[in-house]
Amino acid sequence: MKIKHISTPLSHEKVKDLKAGDSVLISGTMYTGRDAAHQKLIDAIDKGEVLPFDMKDAIIYYVGPAPAKPGRIIGSAGPTTSYRMDDLTVPLLELGLTGMIGKGARSKTVIDSMKKNGAVYFAAIGGAGALIANTIKECEIIAYEELGPEAVRKLTVVDFPAVVVIDSQGNNLYETERKKYQKID
Amino acid sequence: MRKVDVKEIENAIRDMSIKTNIYVGEDVLNAFNKFQKEETSPVGKEIIANLIKNAEIAAEEQVPICQDTGMAVVFVEVGQEVQLIGGNITSAINEGVRRGYKEGYLRKSVVEDPLIRKNTGDNTPAVIYYDILPGDKVKITLAPKGFGSENMSRLKMLKPSDGLAGVLDFVVETVSIAGPNPCPPIVVGVGIGGTSDKATYLAKKALTRDIGSHNKAEHLRNIEITLLEKINALGIGPQGLGGNTTALAVNVEAFATHIAGLPVAVNINCHVARHEVTII
Repeated sequence: MKIKHISTPLSHEKVKDLKAGDSVLISGTMYTGRDAAHQKLIDAIDKGEVLPFDMKDAIIYYVGPAPAKPGRIIGSAGPTTSYRMDDLTVPLLELGLTGMIGKGARSKTVIDSMKKNGAVYFAAIGGAGALIANTIKECEIIAYEELGPEAVRKLTVVDFPAVVVIDSQGNNLYETERKKYQKID
Repeated sequence: MRKVDVKEIENAIRDMSIKTNIYVGEDVLNAFNKFQKEETSPVGKEIIANLIKNAEIAAEEQVPICQDTGMAVVFVEVGQEVQLIGGNITSAINEGVRRGYKEGYLRKSVVEDPLIRKNTGDNTPAVIYYDILPGDKVKITLAPKGFGSENMSRLKMLKPSDGLAGVLDFVVETVSIAGPNPCPPIVVGVGIGGTSDKATYLAKKALTRDIGSHNKAEHLRNIEITLLEKINALGIGPQGLGGNTTALAVNVEAFATHIAGLPVAVNINCHVARHEVTII
C-alpha cells in the first residue's frame, strides 16, 4: 500500500491530491477539539470573538487525551467518534478548516460543506491511543483549560497515521468498502 | 458472619481500574489473533495488527490502551453471610475509582450533571449494581465503559409474536446502524426479557463475560453463534473500513418476562472490551 506523506498547513492544493482510501502520515501542527470545545468555538463565532487558532488550512483532531505521565508529552490519544461534532462543523469549514481527524460516519450536511469548501476527513484507528500518542512530539493547551481532557491543545506531530475516509469530492470509504464485503443487508 | 473491610474493596477497585485500562485481556488478544488470520480485507488485517501492536505498547509503556478509560461500571455480588465493616461500600468503591484514575493517569471522563456538564475531575461517581447472593464472598466486577460504543446502545420492546426472528433482526439492525462509530471489531451484549431496565442491565452484564465463553442455555448459545455470523456478514469490518471482522463475540443473557412482552436491549463494547474480576 502506497503511503502519502503530508505536511501542514493543509492547503487546498494538498486537499485536492488526497483521495478516499489513501493512507497518509501527517507531520506538522494540528489542534485538538471535541464536544465541549466545538460548542465554545461556535459560541465564539456567534459572538464575533477571535478564535484561539486560525481555521485557515488547519486540521482539527477529535481527541480528548489521557493525562501525561511524568516525563511524557501526552497520554494515550486516539480519535473520538466524529458525528457528535457534525452540527458544529460547518461554520469551521466556512472559515477555512481543511482537515478533520476522527472516527466514524459524517452527516450529509458536513460532507456537502466539505465539497463546497475543499476539506478532507481522515480516520485514525479508534482504540489505538497508545500507538498514536507516540507520534505526538509537542503538546500545549491553548484554550479552554477548564475543560480538562476537552481543552484545545496545539499538537506537533510526526508521521501521524490516518486514512482518508471522505475526500473533497465526497467519495466515502465507509460506504464503498462495506459494500465489497457485505453478504447480507 | 464473615467480616470484610470495605477498604479491601476500595483497593481492589483501584488496582483493577489501572490493570484493565493498561493490559488488553487474554480473551481479547486471543480473538485479535484468531480474527487477524481469518480477515480477508488487507486493510482490516492491517488494522487488527495495529491493535495488537497498540496493546504491546500500552503494556510496555504502562499507558492506557485507549484514551477513553471509560465510566466505571461496577457489579458487586455480596454473599449474605458477609458483614461489611470499616465504612460505606459505595463510598469505598468511589474512592477506589478516584485513586485508580488519579494514580494510573487515566482520563477523567465524567460530568457531574448531564445537562450542566461540569467534569467531576476524578471520574466519579461509578455506576454500581448490587446483588445479594448466598455465600460468604464478595465478587467485584469492574467494566469501565467507553462512550463511543455506549452511544450505540438500543432498546426495543418487541411483541411476543415477533419471536426469535424479531430479536435477531433488531440486534443485527443495531450493529448495522452503528457502522464504523463504536470502534469495530466490537463485542455485542444482548439482554432479552425482564422489564425494559432489566433487559438493558442484562445487555451490559453480558459484556462482562469473556470473549469465547457461551451462555449455558443451549438456545441462547445458538443465538450467540447465529448473531455473530450474521453481524460478520454485514461487511462493516475493522474500524468500518470493510471486512468480515465486525464483531469478536456476541454475548446473550436472558431473564423471565411478562406474558405481554419481549424486551430486547443491545449494548455494544469496543474492541478493548475491558472487564476484570476480584473475589474477596
